[in-house]
Amino acid sequence: MGHELRIRIKTLVMILAMVVCANAGDLMLKRGMTQIGAVEISAVGLRHAFTSTVTNGTIWIGIVFLVGFMVSYMTVLSWADYSYVMPAGAFGYALLTLLAVVFLHENVSPRRWVGVVLICIGVLLVGQTRPRTTEVVAREVAA
Amino acid sequence: MMRVALLLAVLIVGSTGGEIAITHGMKSTGEPERLRPRELLAFLARALRSGWFWVGVPLMALSFYSLLVLLSWEPISLVIPASALSYVVGTLGAKYILREDVSPARWIGVVLVCAGVALVAAG
Repeated sequence: MGHELRIRIKTLVMILAMVVCANAGDLMLKRGMTQIGAVEISAVGLRHAFTSTVTNGTIWIGIVFLVGFMVSYMTVLSWADYSYVMPAGAFGYALLTLLAVVFLHENVSPRRWVGVVLICIGVLLVGQTRPRTTEVVAREVAA
Repeated sequence: MMRVALLLAVLIVGSTGGEIAITHGMKSTGEPERLRPRELLAFLARALRSGWFWVGVPLMALSFYSLLVLLSWEPISLVIPASALSYVVGTLGAKYILREDVSPARWIGVVLVCAGVALVAAG
């Protein structure tokens, strides 16, 4: 397998991991906070919210996914351009809309569909550029 | 209006500045040899020792708190589309600070993504 192709596939896999983790994490946080109920902004309310969030399993699953997002983001940035990864990650918005239509049968406004199409074209355009355009910095070798 | 614009600028500059600092830190950390758990852990430990990572984190925290404050002033359907501008600001940072080669195709892609995210978030 060519070097360039290997980088491309590796980058794609990490971006997919980023998008899946970010969306799953947000979904779990949302679900966990719904279980907890509306947070009251007062000393007692905030203390109650704190104890109920740290003891809620769904919130912790969400946090694990968000840590997974951060790790995959940092990993992919160690070899790929920021200006490649950042727009490609926006694919998540398009994916979320499609999932909402397919699984939740949500109605999506024409304006939002136009947005989804623009994101997909944009991500495809960015995706076909070279993932890395900067020089590889020689890593310090431990003496 | 003035304070909304100002805080929006803090939000965008904070998030893109933070990500640019982290990208710089990750590039100097160097990529992991293989994506196996042990190599990945060693790689993350190296990354956390990078000063740039710790420049990025407070900037991103600042951006997060400006988002919270903005959301308390303005509807989410205004705040999130406006923050889509960070795709363009981030690309400018990538070009001029990180010295990445942003080709015309990549620029067009970024602008489309920015407009698309704004439309999707506006609902």
